Amino acid sequence: MKKMKLVMVGNGMAGVRTLEELRKIAPDIYDITVFGAEPYANYNRILLSPVLAGEQTVKDIMLNDVDWYEENGITLHLGKKITKIDRVKRLVIAEDGTTAEYDRLLLATGSNPFMLPVPGKDLDGVIGYRDIYDTNAMIEAATKYKHAVVIGGGLLGLEAANGLKLRGMDVTVVHLPDTLMERQLDHTAGKMLQKSLEDRGLSFLLGKNTQELLGDEKGRVKAVRFADGSEIAAQLVVMAVGIRPNTALAESAGIYCNRGIVVNDTMQTYDPRIYAVGECVNHRGTAYGLVAPLFEMAKVCANHLANFGIGRYQGSVTSTKLKVTGIDLFSAGDFLGGEGTEEIMLSDPIGGVYKKLVLKDNKLVGACLYGDTVDGSWYFSMLREGKDVTEIRDTLMFGEANLNRPGDTGHEGFSKAAAMPDSAEVCGCNGVCKGTIVKAIKEKGLFTIEDVRKHTKASASCGSCTGLVEQIIMATAGGDYSSASKVKPMCGCTDHTHQEVRDAIKANKLLTVADTMKFMEWRTPNGCASCRPGINYYLISTWPHEAKDDPQSRFINERAHANIQKDGTFSVIPRMWGGETNSSELRRIADVVDKYKIPTVKVTGGQRIDLLGVKKEDLRNVWQDLGMPSGLAYAKGLRTVKTCVGSEWCRFGTQDSTRMGQELEHQLARMYAPHKVKLAVSGCPRNCAEAGIKDVGVIGVDSGWEIYIAGNGGIKTEVAQFLVKLKTHEEVLEYSGAFLQLYREEGWYLERTVHYVSRVGMDHVKQKVLDDAENRKALYERLLFSLEGEADPWHEPEKAQVDTRQFAPLNV
Amino acid sequence: MSNEWKVICRVDDIPVLGSRVVQRHGQPNVAIFRNSEDKIFALLDKCPHKGGPLSQGIVFGERVACPLHNWSIELNSGCAVAPDEGCTQRFAIKVENGEVALDMHELNAPSDVAKGLAAA
Repeated sequence: MKKMKLVMVGNGMAGVRTLEELRKIAPDIYDITVFGAEPYANYNRILLSPVLAGEQTVKDIMLNDVDWYEENGITLHLGKKITKIDRVKRLVIAEDGTTAEYDRLLLATGSNPFMLPVPGKDLDGVIGYRDIYDTNAMIEAATKYKHAVVIGGGLLGLEAANGLKLRGMDVTVVHLPDTLMERQLDHTAGKMLQKSLEDRGLSFLLGKNTQELLGDEKGRVKAVRFADGSEIAAQLVVMAVGIRPNTALAESAGIYCNRGIVVNDTMQTYDPRIYAVGECVNHRGTAYGLVAPLFEMAKVCANHLANFGIGRYQGSVTSTKLKVTGIDLFSAGDFLGGEGTEEIMLSDPIGGVYKKLVLKDNKLVGACLYGDTVDGSWYFSMLREGKDVTEIRDTLMFGEANLNRPGDTGHEGFSKAAAMPDSAEVCGCNGVCKGTIVKAIKEKGLFTIEDVRKHTKASASCGSCTGLVEQIIMATAGGDYSSASKVKPMCGCTDHTHQEVRDAIKANKLLTVADTMKFMEWRTPNGCASCRPGINYYLISTWPHEAKDDPQSRFINERAHANIQKDGTFSVIPRMWGGETNSSELRRIADVVDKYKIPTVKVTGGQRIDLLGVKKEDLRNVWQDLGMPSGLAYAKGLRTVKTCVGSEWCRFGTQDSTRMGQELEHQLARMYAPHKVKLAVSGCPRNCAEAGIKDVGVIGVDSGWEIYIAGNGGIKTEVAQFLVKLKTHEEVLEYSGAFLQLYREEGWYLERTVHYVSRVGMDHVKQKVLDDAENRKALYERLLFSLEGEADPWHEPEKAQVDTRQFAPLNV
Repeated sequence: MSNEWKVICRVDDIPVLGSRVVQRHGQPNVAIFRNSEDKIFALLDKCPHKGGPLSQGIVFGERVACPLHNWSIELNSGCAVAPDEGCTQRFAIKVENGEVALDMHELNAPSDVAKGLAAA
């Protein structure tokens, strides 16, 4: 098939990101040509401030060098400015006469710094602060001249001033409003910022209106004169008073612009062959100057350029971070407050900390943090999710680390990445230290948590260090952290979310993995190791007895019905109801260990026995000789019900916890779920079975049983929440079953009950399981129906959909 | 050097999107894969990462995910998908009349697991 021609005008971050996204999903449909007015390949413009400050070099900030274009078959024209678009002939024409034909055109012309229209603006030494050229001009001026004036006390102006000061110049910042960074900070925070910067030697002239720039006999600027008649000396004037989308080219071609190239939610302009992304764009009335929204636009645009046609950009919530080393400043959302909002403020002027959170309708709508920005990404994600914060309102200001949730492991108790030295291990699962992460972010131009996971493995396994890694990304990638969007697609094979897939399976009675992928228009023929197991689970849990389990869509453990070990052998854990056994079972276990020379026998945390080191070809015989049911110790489903001895033996026992536990285990024995489920039953509030950290924890008290749900013992230890108090065994079975069935039907694959309940809210669970008795009974019925006739995989493999060929090796 | 083909099994003996393991004398196993288009591949049953048994992984497209740490391995080349790096040994395969054959010379030659190659 002949390739279409895609021409991109502009070579900046938003445009090139679009090409990268396009390359990921449809690498072969276009011949791509790029025209860049600057003489450089694609660089990280956000990091120009660290370059100015001497902390990085131009080479450090290159994202894609010229080799990348060549490797990807992209024709690159550097230093060529496109001056005309002929929309009829579908041609772009550069200043030097070079032309290129297009089938589709992508405009990524960025923005221009706004230059105050005052007399003297064209003198030598009067520049904007936009690109490498400007940065080099400032670095050079710092070696030759003494006085610099930065007009504009916003984000960019302050970063320029800081950099020039570090380079040895005398710097004054001129700002028309009374408060610095008035678009991100309120008055109090602005004054604190000003004081910090004054302590570093910067001078400020606030409330001053620039009238004229005066030049010397050689045509270089020498002073700035204000409306009130005063003057200050300046041999370098940097204008940082805002940016304007660069729409000149689009306008000349008759494309509709309104303070930005107007695009719809698919990044298309009024000419259907022409798309636009980045700072040059006006989307729903907003022009963005921060990188995260631009990257979101790039992804949507790529989706449409690739003819998939399903992406939609609906605007972004943004956050900003000042990149002046040693000053911590973060703001997001609507931080100025106003009618209908409430403010929570923490102000410690001597300590240099000021934090303001703005709430509306019990949701966080804005945050402004000065001096302590550690919780910036946490507040930001709450802002984006629109989460109801009523339950955590009184500790909200004290940050994520103080939220009654201890138990994070794998990083020595650090909760602030900034406090960690480079040598400290951030990711305990994969042994990745802070320095490695920082290096990868800088060297490979990483922006998101997904990027960091792929390239360093940090946060790629259990995820308990994710918060720390996000902090490191925020601090190192410069500026706004592009956090993962609120609702993620199931995997790289689709843009559909878990909920969408669940709903579709239910609404359309889909019964096989293949049907589901076809119906939902999967991008790959058989999905991948992430989505297939998930889809398989959704099918069998939504349509029990009608959808058949697909063993090839199960992870090895659930396919072989044993836990794979690091050397390729397996471990065998037979069922021990409620943690009780007898001499006959123990004898059979001992005999099997001797007969098959099993290297290790270990007692598990789930109160049963584990035989480790069994070869795959021996599994079936081991199971037969044991004559015990499978413990399903490998399943995304019920594991065990731990018990303490209770009233049968214990002098403190108020209830027969062992019997209750065994009844629960018998009932739920072969239940599959979105993730593993662990229960425990204790016979009195001493809680010797540790029921407080279980998915369902049952605690016997004198007058009955207390039920707790959504606890979690590992990765991030979470205490279970009280659900209800019951009187009888039957009630315990019914309520536990109903809650678990709710979780089975609504949970997303690989969500533990703690994540599920945190997502849907305890109120939702109570409403469905406690308040609505009929619904509870219906849930319980559905669970029992699902479990009817579930076969033991060790002893009835055919009925349990086990493919036994896997146990028989072939011989030469 | 010409091939000495030996029939190991039938295509139907291999689960679709699955594998079978070929045991060798004193040498690491070989894994034979079958994808959804009935294409057959054979690799050393050791992941280039930490030697995990690729035969036990989930097969998708023309790749398999190692069951130990989830590295994606291209079945055709035996190499890990970027940004992971490393390759495992590939074995020649012949499919004729629904039967799968491997080359005895390759099967008998010692495998250099560390290099992911047949030893020279």
